[in-house]
Formats: sequence, structure tokens, C-alpha cells
Amino acid sequence: MTHAAARAAQARRSTLQGARLPRWSPWAIAGGSVVAAVAVGLGAGLDSRIQWGLIAALLFVLGTYAIAARTEGRRQARDRVATSVVWVAFVVAVIPLASLLYATVKRGVKVFNGYFLSHSMGVVADTEPGGGIYHAIIGTLEQVGIATLISVPIGALTAIYLVEYGRGKLAAAVTFFVDVMTGIPSIVAGLFILSFWILILDLGPSGFAGSLALSILMMPVVVRSTEEMLKLVPNELREASLALGVPKWRTILKVVLPTSVGGITTGVMLAIARITGETAPVLLLVWGTGFINNNPFEGAQASLPLYIYQQYANSAGSNAAYDRAWAAALALIAFVMILNLVARGIARWKAPRH
Amino acid sequence: MAKRIDVSGLTAYYGSHKAIEDISMTVEPRSVTAFIGPSGCGKSTFLRTLNRMHEVTTGGRVEGKVLLDDEDLYGTHVDPVAVRRTVGMVFQRPNPFPTMSIYDNVAAGLRLNGSYKKSELGDIVEKSLKGANLWNEVKDRLNKPGSGLSGGQQQRLCIARAIAVEPDVLLMDEPCSALDPISTLAIEDLIGELKERFTIVIVTHNMQQAARVSDRTAFFNLSAVGQPGRLIEIDETERIFSNPSVQATEDYISGRFG
Amino acid sequence: MDTTTKNPTAPPVPGPLGAEQKRAARGATRPGDRIFLGLSRGSGILLLLIMAAIAAFLTYRAAIVLTKDQGNFFTTFEWNPTMDPPVFGIAVLAFGTVVSSVIAMALAVPVAVSIALFITHYAPRKLGGPIAYVIDLLAAVPSIVYGLWGALVLVPHMNGLFGWLDSYLGWTGIFEWQGGAPRSLLTASVLLAIMILPIITNVSREVFRQVPKMQEEAALALGATRWEVIRMSVLPFGRSGVISASMLGLGRALGETMAVATVLSPTFEIHASLLDPGGGTFAQNIASKFGEANEQGRDALIASGLVLFLITLLVNGAARAIIARRKEYSGASA
Repeated sequence: MTHAAARAAQARRSTLQGARLPRWSPWAIAGGSVVAAVAVGLGAGLDSRIQWGLIAALLFVLGTYAIAARTEGRRQARDRVATSVVWVAFVVAVIPLASLLYATVKRGVKVFNGYFLSHSMGVVADTEPGGGIYHAIIGTLEQVGIATLISVPIGALTAIYLVEYGRGKLAAAVTFFVDVMTGIPSIVAGLFILSFWILILDLGPSGFAGSLALSILMMPVVVRSTEEMLKLVPNELREASLALGVPKWRTILKVVLPTSVGGITTGVMLAIARITGETAPVLLLVWGTGFINNNPFEGAQASLPLYIYQQYANSAGSNAAYDRAWAAALALIAFVMILNLVARGIARWKAPRH
Repeated sequence: MAKRIDVSGLTAYYGSHKAIEDISMTVEPRSVTAFIGPSGCGKSTFLRTLNRMHEVTTGGRVEGKVLLDDEDLYGTHVDPVAVRRTVGMVFQRPNPFPTMSIYDNVAAGLRLNGSYKKSELGDIVEKSLKGANLWNEVKDRLNKPGSGLSGGQQQRLCIARAIAVEPDVLLMDEPCSALDPISTLAIEDLIGELKERFTIVIVTHNMQQAARVSDRTAFFNLSAVGQPGRLIEIDETERIFSNPSVQATEDYISGRFG
Repeated sequence: MDTTTKNPTAPPVPGPLGAEQKRAARGATRPGDRIFLGLSRGSGILLLLIMAAIAAFLTYRAAIVLTKDQGNFFTTFEWNPTMDPPVFGIAVLAFGTVVSSVIAMALAVPVAVSIALFITHYAPRKLGGPIAYVIDLLAAVPSIVYGLWGALVLVPHMNGLFGWLDSYLGWTGIFEWQGGAPRSLLTASVLLAIMILPIITNVSREVFRQVPKMQEEAALALGATRWEVIRMSVLPFGRSGVISASMLGLGRALGETMAVATVLSPTFEIHASLLDPGGGTFAQNIASKFGEANEQGRDALIASGLVLFLITLLVNGAARAIIARRKEYSGASA
């Protein structure tokens, strides 16, 4: 036996038992770190809770290593550090996200009521209290509705082409550019419509112009999700139908689409949720107004995300405007979340063969 | 340093489902013990309790004792990581680390357990690959990825990886079921050589294989689907295949069920 | 379900229908098939046309104004496109966009990977599912809401941190702070990091979940600790996936408008310090300057938008290429 093998044997012959820290030790170290961090924070007069948190996190990770390295050895210590880092990262990430939801709900409910939902800003000045988001809801619903009407047929048909017919260069090009389109920043989509709708055709701002930009953002998402769903439809179904002499287009309409309609609906709803929150293109193309404009084809319109931005940006720090911004944010988040939850519900309910 | 395994009253669960019940047996050092039995009889589960791999599965838990020489693997202060270092395992499908070279695959376990000089590491890798009858086939391409080898070579690479850390026991979970007959023969020959140094436990579906490679054979069975698997009998392989003491074993061996 | 599916082994239909069926299999010869194929292929072509139009119109409008630009478009530290003659350049914007996005990615990726590992390998099974679900939902929070939160909640909280960074790392110059409102590039980066965290987490989580069980068991059976299993099996397998997830996140951050527009006090200059207010990004600049811009000003903004478009194309293209390579790789070793 070589020297090295002897050493391997030596290491192995040692007992199976290792000194193990008790199961509660991570919690104890975490608690100790928090206490120490608070003490340091108070002692040094650090007023930012972010600093306290960072100190606690650092103490936790280092403390874990020190304690584990002393009792359990280096490998176990490294394992424990990895575990503690992962936990810390999780907590670090959860705090801002939780704070976001908390702030939106807490500050949003202040003026969130029936009046707020059913009135426009009208002649209410940005710095005064009062007013509501009725006009913005109308605008968002119309713009998103039109964008959906445009992008769902085009997106779904493109997906059908890619899955059912597409072979060769055209399909490859479409696939590639759908990927490219997915990555277009929303403001660039806005600039594109701006460049030809307003600068070349010389048409004014309108909800419809915004819808066009939104549909550019929505189409690739619809294509992707529909494609995924169509691919899940087993080929035997198609062959069975074709073998009965049903033409291909009727096979697609009567067999393939009905089978995957749940998943496609989910995809469309998620896409709607995504574009509902888009602000930048609406800012460039719809401009926003305090008044109710029911006609998406003419004149500036409001929209929920844009309303939030304008209440924040144009109000010179007025608390009334901030309250409205938070309340509108609450309405927007609620709408997007409900869409998401319903969409996921449908996905689960209609899940193919699981 | 092959060690003896003494199992007493071992029961293993997946969540609330009892997979095997009340198993007691002794596995002799420097010998090959084969586990046979119909699908679902818990022989693989039992194998995985011998190096505490069973508890890695969600809901996996174990009652009873497994003594390695005199030390209980399930004792209070036992570190499962240390157990797995002492009891090596080879899986049904060859699973070399795909991003590592052949050399690094064999050295992987050693690198975990301490620092070795380059020459030491090289010696152990060579010795392990020779021990797995793979050295001549791969000595010119030690830096190529292990996933480029054939299935049988990959499996021998996995054996080399397992024996490089000099375990006391080597567990093999149907090591040949994904291989062609020639590769299977190579592995079976290898098992015969390895038993000089290790305690080997092998799960197999193939009764001829059990008869060919093992010294002792354990037959597992379950009374009905959903019921826990039990050890029916364990004896010298020759006796199990010629004159078993339990009728069920004879039925199984002679192909009347399973 | 359609009744036709219940009988997949039905005998071939005899007679004229059989002939038709053959024709249908050859290609779209029936009117219905022709129309349907035309429609779906037309939609695909329409998408290509839209992409071409985006590139063409942006280039066209940009070209109009770029010929008049008295400054160097790439190096001028000035944005006065409405002057006659116009002087503007994207140097400040390019710097601000790249710096804020790269910092955001550097902050977000380690945390996102950790959360992904937390969900797949550390959290108790009962906790992992709901957490993944919540992260999924957070990816759907509109950016304007992040912006509002960033401006009204995050910014005030950055004061303490900035003071700290200034007193301990101020000597580097990068973390020097004059004490102005913390509406700086670093604040924008932090907010961007929070925003792209969910998407990077989601993609990484999917990749980690696909790590073959037997790879992990191989490491476990060698006596690896949980961290060693992750280092030996999970991370090598997931590396390219994490890289492409990071690129997707970077693409998001590069194009993000509202969140940056709300937390940044823009100026048209480049500071060495990340903590002092100032700087700008492409998207933020477009949103902030759009209101006051005349036609020429808008064209200048479009020109900067074109550059942003090209940068995001490059980044997203790189991400896709990595994903495509990974598919080949995992196919070969399967």
C-alpha cells in the first residue's frame, strides 16, 4: 500500500462519529447575531436599519463558521456557512419584497375607496386631495383590451404556424425574431410607434397608439406560451384526426386548440398582466390626462401605471398626490395579482395529463 | 479493511409508507452478498439504508440498527457524511460527473476528504483505475470527460471512483442492468477481484448473475403489493439455488413468479 | 375531448375520402387548409415585418437628427438636441446604463442563485413550493410600483448606508458622498437588483431542479456534505443556465425605464462616485426628456433608443446562444 493510500485508510479508520453541533445551534447563532447587531447599532448610533441588518447577517455567517470550524471541523463548517449564506440571502431578498407589498397596501388603503375608483382627476390639482382613478382604469382597460385583440390572434396564429406547419428557414427566422422581440425594452417599443405614428403619420397621442406599442410587447409572449402549449398536445391526437379524413385546419381548430385552450388562456392572461403594468410606452404615446376620455382613438388618455408616475412626478412632494399614487399602485397590483392567480388557477385546473 | 455488517430489526419508511419491515441479517466481510427478489420487494431500499442514502429521499426514515463491525450507523452522534465515506456505492445507471475529466472523477472523493500531493493523488487514481480494470483503456485520455466513455466503461469508472476512497463496504445497486452482456461480464469479473479487499453487497434482478458472483444470497419478498418487503431467507448461494429452505424462494428461483 | 380521438386505430377511410386524406397529408390543397396556412404563415411574416419596421423607423428618424448633430454622438457630454444646431451625445447615458445594470446584476445574481438553491435544496419541501410561487408573483409586480416604492421607501433608507460606505470606503472615490439626497446610480442599481431578482431566481431554480438525481447521489455516496454536493453536481450542471438567466436579468435592467426615472436625480455628467446624485440611463433619459422635447428632440431620443435597442439585442442574443449551447451539451451527455 502506498503512502497516500495509507493516509486515506488512516482518515477512514477514524470513527464515524463527528462532534455535531446541536440542532438548535443555527437559531441560537442567528439570535445572538441579531442581538449583537442591535447592540452595535445602538452603541454606535447607526440609525439605518439596513446597517443593523447587514451587521447581523455578517455576524451570523462569520459566527457560524467560527463555531462550526472549532467543533465540527473545516468541511462541516464550510457546509454550515453555505447553509447560512443561503438563508441570509433569502432573508435579504425577502425584506425589500415584503416591504414593497406592505408599503403599497398600508399606504394605498388611505384613499382607496369607492369614490377613488369612480371619479377622475378632472379639475383637481395634482397637489390637492380628492380625485380618483376612474379615467385611468377606463384608459388601461381600453388600451390593454385593444392590445390583446391585436396580439392574441397574431400571436396564436404565429404559434400555430411554428408548431403545426413551420419547417425551414421562415420558421427558423420567426422563432429567432420572436426571441429577439421578447427582449425589446418597452420604451423602445414606444419609440418605434412614436417614430411612425406621431412623427411620420403625424397623428396625435391616443390610447390606440399606446395599444400598438403594448401589442408589440405582448405578441412574443403570446407566441411563446401558445407554442409551448401546442407542443404538449400529443401527436397521436393529430394523427388520429387526420386518419379519419379530417382536414388539417379543422384538426387544428377542433382537436389541437381545444386540447390546449387552458394553457393558452393562462399564457394570454399572464401576458395581459405583464403589459398592464407597462408605463414607458404609454407615457410616450398616450400622454395622460386628468379627464375621462372614453375614446381610445382620439386624444390623450390616462392609464393606471402612468397615473402613478404622474402623481409621483408632477406633484412637488404633495402628500395628497403620494396617497393617490399608492392607492393606484394598490389597484394595479391587485389587478395584476388577480390575473396571475386566476391564470395559474386555470393552468392547474386544465393541466394536460398530469 | 473490509468490515462485517450486522443488521437487526431494520424497518424503513417513505413518509407513512412502510417499504421494508424488520430485517435482520449479517453480511460477512470479504465476500459478495447478493440481494434478489421481485420488483418492489425493497431490496434496493434496504441497500440504501446500509449507507444512509435512504434518508436523502423525501420522507425517508429508518428504525432499527445497522452495525458496521461494532458501530451503529444510526447511532446518535453518527455523521451520515462519514458513513457514506466508509460505505461506498455504485448505482444502477453509471453516473460519472459529466463536467469532470476521468481523472477528476476518480479523484473527486479524495479531494473532499483532505489534501493530497499531486503525485499521491496520481498514484491513487492509477491504482483505483487499475483496480476497476479500466486503466489500460483510459490511461491515454485521463483528461477527457468521463461522459465520453461507453456505458460499461463509465460504470467501471464509477467503481474506480468509489474504491479510490478505500471504503470498508461497497454497495452495488443493479450495477449491470443498464449494460450490454460483454460489459456485464467485465463488471462481474471485477466484482470477483474486489471481494478480496472489500465487503460487497449487490442487488440484482438477474438470478444467474447472483449465482455467478455471490457467496451468499438473500431473498426478499412481499406478501402483496403495498405491503412492506421482508427478508425471506439468506444462505450460501449454492444452497439458495439448489435447496432453499423456504418454498417461496424455490418458486422464485425456478421462475414460478416474479 | 373530441370524439375522433377515441378511436385512433380506426381503419383507413375507403374511397374518395382516402384520396383526399392523401392530398391533405401532402400539403394544403383544400381551400380551408390554404386559407388557414396563409393566415398563420402571414402572422409569422407580419412579426418579421414588425421587427424590420422597428429597426428601419428608428434608424430613419435617428439618421435625420444625427446628420445635424454638432457634437460627437458617442463622446459628447451634453444633451441639447433642441438647440439650433443641436448638440448631444450618449456617453453619459451609455455609462450610466451599463454601470447601473452591471452593478444590479452583480448584486442580484448571488442572491438569486442562493434563493434558487434555497428553494430547491435547502428549504423544507413544504416551504419551497410556496416560496417559489411568491417569487413567481413578485416577478409580475409592475415596474412603476417598484419605482414608487424605490422613490418613497428605499431612497430615505439609503442615507445611513451611504454615510457608512462614505466613511469606510470613501477613500476609493467610488463611494465618496457629498451628502446630497441618495438619488444616485447606486440607488438605481439596488432597485434594479431587487426588480430583476425574481426573474433570475425563477430561471436558476428551473435549471437547478433539472439536475439529474443520480448526479447528486453520486456525490452524496462519496461522502459529500450538502454544500459539496452542490459544488460538485448542481453548480456545474446549472452554470450555463445561471449565466443565461443573469443575461436575461441584465437585459431587463438595461431597458428599465420607470424605476430608474423615479429614483435618480439625473444630470448630464459622469461622476467617479456612485453615491452622488447624477448620471442617467438611456431609458430614464427618454422618459424624462420626452415631455419637453420638440420633434428634433424626439428624434435625438429615438437615436439614443436605437443604441439601447442594439445593446439589449446583443445581451439577449448572448443569453440565447448560451441556452442553445447548453441544450446541445446536455443532449450529448444524456
